[in-house]
Amino acid sequence: MSSIFWIIIAGAVATFLTRIGGHLVLSRFERVHPRVEVALNAVPAAVLTTLVAPAAANADWRGLVALAIAGLVSVRFNALTMFLIGAAVIILLRQFT
Amino acid sequence: MGDMDEHIYQQKPSQAVPVRKSTQFWEGFAKGLPIMIAAAPFGVLFGALAIDQGFSLFETVLMSAAIFGGASQMVGIELFGQHIPAWLIVFSIFAVNFRHVLYSAAVGRRIGHFKPLEAMLSYFLLTDPQYAETEKRAESGKPVTFIWYLGVATPIYVMWVVEAFIGGLFGNLIADTHALGIDMLLPIYFLGLVMGFRKRTNWGPIVITSAIASIIAAKTIGSPWHVSIGAVAGILMAVILAKPEPAKEKR
Repeated sequence: MSSIFWIIIAGAVATFLTRIGGHLVLSRFERVHPRVEVALNAVPAAVLTTLVAPAAANADWRGLVALAIAGLVSVRFNALTMFLIGAAVIILLRQFT
Repeated sequence: MGDMDEHIYQQKPSQAVPVRKSTQFWEGFAKGLPIMIAAAPFGVLFGALAIDQGFSLFETVLMSAAIFGGASQMVGIELFGQHIPAWLIVFSIFAVNFRHVLYSAAVGRRIGHFKPLEAMLSYFLLTDPQYAETEKRAESGKPVTFIWYLGVATPIYVMWVVEAFIGGLFGNLIADTHALGIDMLLPIYFLGLVMGFRKRTNWGPIVITSAIASIIAAKTIGSPWHVSIGAVAGILMAVILAKPEPAKEKR
């Protein structure tokens, strides 16, 4: 097998370790301290934000407009509607401006 | 279940109304479909770029099937083209996916009742949107069952693998990714996930802290560590702001 094959397998094992690792560590404790509970409840917003903010900081004005409109849409509509509108905005702006 | 005064790590599933397994699967499937649609451009793009970098069609499909993590796959194939030592490529994949450690710790409270093999499979399938949907499901009070979880994951996983194949076959058709706004699609999508949690305690301060910290880290230390650094900053902010007696807090 090629080296690419083994890099993929090793990458898959490493990825699986990240996906099960946090649970394996925490499950050793039966009870969770309230502050840990607070920390775990903050995980979605804290992690997902880091996948948006640096991209927004580096985006052109078209990207920022698309993000802003998508953010407004998400207050009233579901995630798919928001994504499709955001995608439409960025594609149209990149094509015509 | 869900009360803050009971800090048991593995919460029991709610026993309220028994829902048929097929119903639960399709409930999950309905959540997985929009995720599948949003992920599709990246699945195809990955396939096209991997072939460009000299991967065979088999290796391209294998990577999507075995790693199942878009950003880390992109980083992996990009580094592969630069004659970087193999261990460093593997380590970079690990670093990009490191945020999953946090998902894993948090989601263990929701799926702790799965049987061991079910749990292994579930952790394998634990992507960003899968995690977000599981948290929202638990928040809504509906039972997080293995069948429901599979329902979410099935369309996402199957199409992710198929897309790598399609991208590999027709890679040259994607001409100008910038004009198609590919670079902004993922941030737009993740913004939607962030907004989905806006009712949670101290959401605003957490988001602002993570945003500032991740931007600074991205400009100084660099990718992919800005993700872990920004996340830890936001979590610390949540811990600092938490009241000493969070017993009656609603989530």
